[in-house]
Amino acid sequence: MPRISSPQALDALRAELRAAVGTAAPTTITLCAGTGCQASRSLPVQAALRAELERAKLAGQVEIRTTGCHGFCEQGPLMIIEPGNLFYCRITPRDAAEIVERTILGGEVVERLLYTDPVSGRKVMREAEIPFYASQERVLLGQNRALDPTRIEDYIAQGGYQALAKALAEMTPQQVLGAVRAAGLRGRGGGGFPTATKWQTTRDAEGEPKILICNADEGDPGAYMNRSLLEGNPHAIIEGMLIGAHAIGASRGFVYVRTEYPLAVEHVRAAIAQAREWGLLGENILGSGLSFDLTVARGAGAFVAGESTALMAALEGEVSEPRPKDVHTAEKGYLDLPTTLNNVETWACVPWIIREGAEGFRRLGTAASPGTKIFALTGQVKNTGLVEVPLGTPLREIVYDIGGGAANGRAIKAVQIGGPSGGCVPESLFDLPVDFDSLREAGAMMGSGGMVVMDEGSCMVDVARYFLEFLRDESCGKCVPCRLGVARMLEIVTDVAEGRGTLAQLELLEELGETVSEASLCGLGKTAANPALTTLRYFRDEYLAHVVEKRCPAGVCRSLVHYTITPEACTGCGVCLRACPQAAITGERRRPHFIDQTLCVRCGICREVCRFNAVAVA
Amino acid sequence: MVASEVRALLAGREGRPDQLIEALQDMQAHFRYLPEEGLRMAAETLGVPPIEVYRVASFYKAFSLTPRGRHQLTVCMGTACHVRGALRMVDVAQAELGIAAGETTQDGAFTLERVNCLGCCALGPVVVLDGEYHGHMNPAKLRTLIAETRAADANGGAPHAQD
Repeated sequence: MPRISSPQALDALRAELRAAVGTAAPTTITLCAGTGCQASRSLPVQAALRAELERAKLAGQVEIRTTGCHGFCEQGPLMIIEPGNLFYCRITPRDAAEIVERTILGGEVVERLLYTDPVSGRKVMREAEIPFYASQERVLLGQNRALDPTRIEDYIAQGGYQALAKALAEMTPQQVLGAVRAAGLRGRGGGGFPTATKWQTTRDAEGEPKILICNADEGDPGAYMNRSLLEGNPHAIIEGMLIGAHAIGASRGFVYVRTEYPLAVEHVRAAIAQAREWGLLGENILGSGLSFDLTVARGAGAFVAGESTALMAALEGEVSEPRPKDVHTAEKGYLDLPTTLNNVETWACVPWIIREGAEGFRRLGTAASPGTKIFALTGQVKNTGLVEVPLGTPLREIVYDIGGGAANGRAIKAVQIGGPSGGCVPESLFDLPVDFDSLREAGAMMGSGGMVVMDEGSCMVDVARYFLEFLRDESCGKCVPCRLGVARMLEIVTDVAEGRGTLAQLELLEELGETVSEASLCGLGKTAANPALTTLRYFRDEYLAHVVEKRCPAGVCRSLVHYTITPEACTGCGVCLRACPQAAITGERRRPHFIDQTLCVRCGICREVCRFNAVAVA
Repeated sequence: MVASEVRALLAGREGRPDQLIEALQDMQAHFRYLPEEGLRMAAETLGVPPIEVYRVASFYKAFSLTPRGRHQLTVCMGTACHVRGALRMVDVAQAELGIAAGETTQDGAFTLERVNCLGCCALGPVVVLDGEYHGHMNPAKLRTLIAETRAADANGGAPHAQD
């Protein structure tokens, strides 16, 4: 492939690629192969489909497009057949023959493979009609299903690198900066800092070369939007960074990805190699004089590395401990060079802003938080997956209209937003618009966008304990408030969870939380108390039940619950007996079984496997 | 043996301290742990004091200073998996393998690990066996998975695990 040497050459190439799309296969089967769908065996489905198409001698007439994540991971593997927008889900390799025979050849719909809306119980034929998708604004995520992330041709045919060509040919760096400022783009990694301000600082700072970093160290448990973007549309990130390079005057960049995301690493590496080969990275890009190149660095497993200064330390080959921010990294960052670090999703918004202008971006979202945001909606909700909505969308809409409400009949009581930096927002506040500022007022934080829905089966003391344990393990140990403060907070919450807590300890917990928030060195430490403080603020009654009544209302905290078998309901089938990891259950076949409390570790497996609802927890 | 393999992994990184983490990642992937000899060679080749190499090697979770098992079983402990019962998966795996999380079985067959989040939250609880993801896990499925892996080993070993 020759290097693309000018915006005109790019346009010509795009026209050529688009023309080729028209003449190729009349039918396209889009198959999701993101990490989620791969876990649901989408690759064997793909192989089976290819074999069936071969057998039916249709190989040239049907194109199989393997794409990144579509977002509806729970229903995976997902398939869309075009034309027609026919949507099949939870496909197995055994379905391949029927799909080819009945749908591709016969033009029929295989009813069994259609999606059933869990709310109405009705079968849905087209992807666009599924409530989960219909209530979203998938500006960024929607591109994933239109392209094969390993093919730069697909991205270019879809209009990719057009924004870059526009920025380079028609806009000065100041104009690009002006557009980003006018669009009001704020950092998607959680802080919500105005992106243009950061860019301007790096642009104005002394020191060469200037550095750009894409932060894809998505360490928040319960969040995976960055993984999906990087896996499903890596060129969009590269394009965003190239536009940033033009605006800032940067010549080197890094994409820092967690090593826990092997597919994202593979795809972004391949995309960088292709972009280099096609002349979109390297010297004199599109004949503009801009030179910029990218390197992939893999994170080695440290939550704190997601913090900007710690990430830069890791890039330098060191332990990822945060550094004091007396001088902002935008001025002196990586190797003391002026460095702009933005989150994956922030970079992905940049081509959108250049393509459609600031007004186009502001069409969605609120005045202070414009644009869309991707959230990972998970937990005890019917529809789980990635959700892209305009900022300012009420939480209730996300949980009920898109998420379909409670998963298993138990009432939803909270949404944990923003992972270890965020907090638990109670049901009473679900009308809160989800934007940077409203969440902060509620004591939570958008974080990078994890939303874990919790119902009456979740104990909020247990949730606080979970996050504190996570944070204690992940604290880098550099500053005292975080290292010791979080550990002490965990001790208190553990006491509460195990029935030793006192009312005085709850006060101490609040006090400690405030100190950790105020005195920690980095952003992760400053927000580490949020999960505990918000649960205490909104679910104090649950803490009191543990402390005063020595009772866990949700039946989760192991020290405070007992599992017993109700003899009247037990059929003696033996399933629990075989499932118990401690061999604590005894009983003859067809006779009621019995749990030995001295052996029971209260893991709850027996209750989960019992088909007769015979295991009670109290 | 180790020396020549390490030399190949370190090639092109001479005198580049910033390459330490990348080099250790490659070494970890190759040996499934970081052999002491490899750490010493990395220190020398990259120009980093041995104590700094040790500091980095012991700081990050992706690195192990002791040999890992032929099979790596990882239980996701992300928030979404947690509220769907990830702890039960750990209980089952620990009971089946007779080791605690973070340990390797005596026969060197399995290493059991907990990981903070794998980003497949919609499929929770998730476990990963030798790089292959298994979603919507439950105790019975996990027990079967472990039993099948053992059976495959007994029949001459699963080829994908021998790399």
